[in-house]
Amino acid sequence: MPEWLCLIVGVLFLLTGIVIFAIELYGAFHYDYVLNRMHMAAFGDTFGIGVSLLGLMVINGMNFTSLKMLLVILFLWCASPVSSHLISRLEVTTNEELEAHMEVEKE
Amino acid sequence: MSRRKSEKEYEKTFACHFFRWMDGERDPYLGEVEMQPQEAFQEAEGEAEKRLREKNILLNQIYGRRKSRSIRNLERFYRVASVVFCGILIYLLLLTVSYLPPIGVAERPINNEVSARYIEKGLEETGAINIVSGMILDYRAFDTLGESHVLFVATVTVLILLRLDPGKKDYAGVSREEVEANDRRYEPKNDAILQMSAYILVPAIIIFGIYVILNGHLGPGGGFSGGAIIGAGLILYLNAFGFEKTERFFTEKTYRRISFCSLSFYCIAKSYSFYTGANHIESMIPKGTPGAILSSGLILPLNIAVGLVVACTMYAFYAMFRKGGF
Repeated sequence: MPEWLCLIVGVLFLLTGIVIFAIELYGAFHYDYVLNRMHMAAFGDTFGIGVSLLGLMVINGMNFTSLKMLLVILFLWCASPVSSHLISRLEVTTNEELEAHMEVEKE
Repeated sequence: MSRRKSEKEYEKTFACHFFRWMDGERDPYLGEVEMQPQEAFQEAEGEAEKRLREKNILLNQIYGRRKSRSIRNLERFYRVASVVFCGILIYLLLLTVSYLPPIGVAERPINNEVSARYIEKGLEETGAINIVSGMILDYRAFDTLGESHVLFVATVTVLILLRLDPGKKDYAGVSREEVEANDRRYEPKNDAILQMSAYILVPAIIIFGIYVILNGHLGPGGGFSGGAIIGAGLILYLNAFGFEKTERFFTEKTYRRISFCSLSFYCIAKSYSFYTGANHIESMIPKGTPGAILSSGLILPLNIAVGLVVACTMYAFYAMFRKGGF
């Protein structure tokens, strides 16, 4: 791939990432309920960082730094969903008025 | 400037208020907010007597001052010693101030060549490519020694405050197991997803922490950051698998031994190097070739010692806040 094309594609990815971060920030402060906010934060942590780092990797080309960025993406994709899962599980265990916020499936 | 509004209309607008406030012409609180002078503190008739009586009860009955003579003597000694100590400290500080060069002399501390020397001769004198590491663990190693001891003392203080008494079985009608588990009642236990991800991530985190510590003299990193990473990995492992798994390899005894060994090794190693440096004796420790993993003399072992102390401190803090012990 020629260099200018790499730059354009990378910058497009980065801009997408910035837009996603903006959406994440807006959502995290706009919503009141914990699960909605958790969803927005996890959305930015996985998708936003993934797309931004992908853009940086495209600009950087194939080298060791790109591999490190790939590892950062993999790490965050492992860690962030698990923490969101734990937050939601804690909310479901502790909140007694869960039906006010969502439909709960009866076992 | 042509102004469409008249002077009177302009005075009501927000812009006028804002600019006047910005220029300092008007204080928005002055005249608007009612200000009351504070009342003088007055104690009711019997209050002071009651307070003194309660203080005496506390000292005599709870701390047992009346019963033991040694406590009373210690108290007197403490008062005298604190005054003497403060006096000595003030004298030493003033003495140091008197040695400072007067204003306007070219040898003032702001003009000294220390920072230039760190940058120019740092690689040659310490053997560390990372100048920051060379500074904090060689030129200013006393500072780092104090920092690691601060971490240790902080752990000991938290231990005093939070530890559950080993011999005590009953805490105001609540059993010891319940006290240990009281903040984890609602926490998800044995979560399969968390355990699986910890199973994958914890080895990677700990290996990365070890890499950061061992690479401290070659690149960014060092004992403090690497130890914090290892501590975070241990805390994740504890969260996923509980105390039964971590107590197999990390108990209070392990903490004591690791802290003692690292801190005393740091003291001894640095005492040796300061002794040789101050007396212009050739140090026995080879510097090695800069850039190799086994180089730069004492910096690598000191980094390992600091990293161990930091990792243990992080884990110990977490364990004590959660359970009141290890």
